[in-house]
Amino acid sequence: MLPSLLASMPMDNDWISFDVPSLIENFWSATFDGLTFGSIYALVALGYTLVYGVLNLINFAHSEVFIMGCFGVWFTLSALNFGPSAPHLGFWAIVGNLILALVVGMIVSALTAVIVERVAYRPLRRRNAPRLAFLITAIGVSFSIQYLLYLWRGPSPERALTMFHPTPIFDVFGTIIDSQQIVIVVAAVIMMIVIDLFISRSRTGRGIRAVAQDPDTATLMGVNKERIIMTTFIIGGILAGAAALFYTMKIPSGVQYNGGFILGIKAFAAAVLGGIGNVRGALVGGLLLGLIGNYGQILLGNSQWTDVVAFLVLVLVLILRPQGVLGSSLGRSKA
Amino acid sequence: MYRKKVSTTLAVAAALGLLLSSCANQPGTSGSGDTAGAGAGAANKVNIPALTKIDTPAGAVLPKGDGKGKCPATTTLAYAGAETGANAQLGVNIFNGIQLAINEHNAANPGCQVQFKKYDTEGDPNKATGPVTQVVSEPNIIGVVGLPFSGESKATGNIFEQKGLVHITPSATGVSLTTNGWTTFFRGLGNDGVQGPAAAKFLTGKLEAKKIYVVQDDSEYGIGLATSTSAGLSSALAGTEKVTTGQKDFSAVISKIINAKADAVFYAGYYAEGAPFDQQLVAKGFTGTFIGPDGVKDDQFIKQAGDASNNAYFTCPCIPGELIPTFETAYKKLANAEPGTYSIEGYDAATVLLSGIDAGKQTRPDLLAWVKSYDKDGLSKHYKWDSKGELQAPTVYGYKVDNGKIVPVGPIGE
Repeated sequence: MLPSLLASMPMDNDWISFDVPSLIENFWSATFDGLTFGSIYALVALGYTLVYGVLNLINFAHSEVFIMGCFGVWFTLSALNFGPSAPHLGFWAIVGNLILALVVGMIVSALTAVIVERVAYRPLRRRNAPRLAFLITAIGVSFSIQYLLYLWRGPSPERALTMFHPTPIFDVFGTIIDSQQIVIVVAAVIMMIVIDLFISRSRTGRGIRAVAQDPDTATLMGVNKERIIMTTFIIGGILAGAAALFYTMKIPSGVQYNGGFILGIKAFAAAVLGGIGNVRGALVGGLLLGLIGNYGQILLGNSQWTDVVAFLVLVLVLILRPQGVLGSSLGRSKA
Repeated sequence: MYRKKVSTTLAVAAALGLLLSSCANQPGTSGSGDTAGAGAGAANKVNIPALTKIDTPAGAVLPKGDGKGKCPATTTLAYAGAETGANAQLGVNIFNGIQLAINEHNAANPGCQVQFKKYDTEGDPNKATGPVTQVVSEPNIIGVVGLPFSGESKATGNIFEQKGLVHITPSATGVSLTTNGWTTFFRGLGNDGVQGPAAAKFLTGKLEAKKIYVVQDDSEYGIGLATSTSAGLSSALAGTEKVTTGQKDFSAVISKIINAKADAVFYAGYYAEGAPFDQQLVAKGFTGTFIGPDGVKDDQFIKQAGDASNNAYFTCPCIPGELIPTFETAYKKLANAEPGTYSIEGYDAATVLLSGIDAGKQTRPDLLAWVKSYDKDGLSKHYKWDSKGELQAPTVYGYKVDNGKIVPVGPIGE
């Protein structure tokens, strides 16, 4: 029965094929691009991880915190006369404009995060709502923001913005690394280090860890829990705003009402992959996910495979190491 | 207070990051953003001059004929196709062309005043059967120009066939339309099976491309075109790649193209993905030529890709009607706009039918037989169909981006 069934199945092998030579040939460029994307995932993943660490809440609206930052960046740069063609500006003028856009993106994202917290989560917390209620609210807020953006800006992507022409800088194994990749990876890694230091060294960081570990005891010890929660959301928002600038830099036509959705899911996956609640885990998870997805799509020969491969690896890793690569440890490891 | 500290630290860190890495590229070039990359798109561009006029066949049949046409006052031609709907502009371009032909005919032939009726399909295959049924059951209509799109043409071909009503499509390019055994369907332009090989010849010939990468989207149109283009390229084909509708990041495809050292990319799809693709391609340092079919040939492509679009060429089985002065002036007067894509095709198709009426072919069977054996020049090209209803010598034109505008560079594929 079974063999005959199998035999009657259409064996169309066209849909999947492994292109190993292509992967070998494109290995380094896939690696550098994967790292660039991974850095962006990691910045967004931090927002998920921090909020989860402190509140045990998966903030599904974080993808909209990110996309709001993209709109902030887009409007700023559009107002500064950036367009689809690269601007004819001096070096410092571009740096200045980009920093301005970065700050606006950060402010918009952080504001969105705070509003989401105030409107959607704090009232529930006050009423001791069950955890499931938070989850559903998060999804609800995510869709509300998405469709508000849809109503406001329409279904098509915003006009593409080119911030600068990437110029080749290094040549590694015959593959060129350009200024754009370096800007994104270096800036993202610096931010992650700063955040890691901030959480492990500063007074507020200690407060965050304390609340993550045991909110009640932390409150008894004089930590202002509400304030810590607010700070956590703001940090997550600021990082999402930075990710928004880098994402728009990498994908100029990506500013769209639902543009944050897949990226948000991937960043969340990155957070889980690295170990949710773990700051360094977000970086590791983000970079891993970026690399795996890029290798996968080149090996399998179609960009649609990126997500299939990335999420399959996520499932495999979680089967072997349910706590994620680095384990979940915002409260414990460095406490 | 802490909040402030956090944001300041982060902003400073980000700024540092940007500065550090941007500084790194100072020695290599003149910094990001100025001329270094701007010219890159055009570096390898073979300069094919823009066409400023096209030669019209000397003996081209014009709607006015010899002025001695005689026909009953009820003689009617119809347009069936989009007047409203998302793709209405194409329909407007076409029926203005038809209207112009009929106006010119009627002005020159006092003895034969042909009426013109329009039936709106909204370009939608599901809605087209209603208006087309109306058309075929109107006995005074002896010939039709339409339908503009392949989907609606496919859905309504049988209705025309049953009533023996001749119809000439000015713009539907789906290859399969002529494989249904219809005897009343005629295509007034080249199909996608002609455009692909023509694009291939254009690339390896005039554009002097040696290694061409073919990238297709996931639409019927894109897949069909990529297949016929790849076949035409044979050894010049450096590789093929697929993208999907709605895709935004093309970095993996692009690194394959750059590693393969391709000097040209043919993108079989529509401008919605074609524009960001070309933009990212140029940003990644691709200095070759980008070429797209009629689905990419749209002003939106230039708007979205910015100066990256300077490396772009297009292929289209449409003739640049705006370069025929008499046609351009008359069309402008009628429609208050420049002739659009497929205006001249609509004009010529109507002319074929009108010349039949003037020759006394004033019933459906007579006019059908007239079109079948038609063998004359039109304003845009020579019209002679094979037994399936395909033009025997269709023309495909090349276009390029020049100073932010799409301009024709001449016929290709010959």
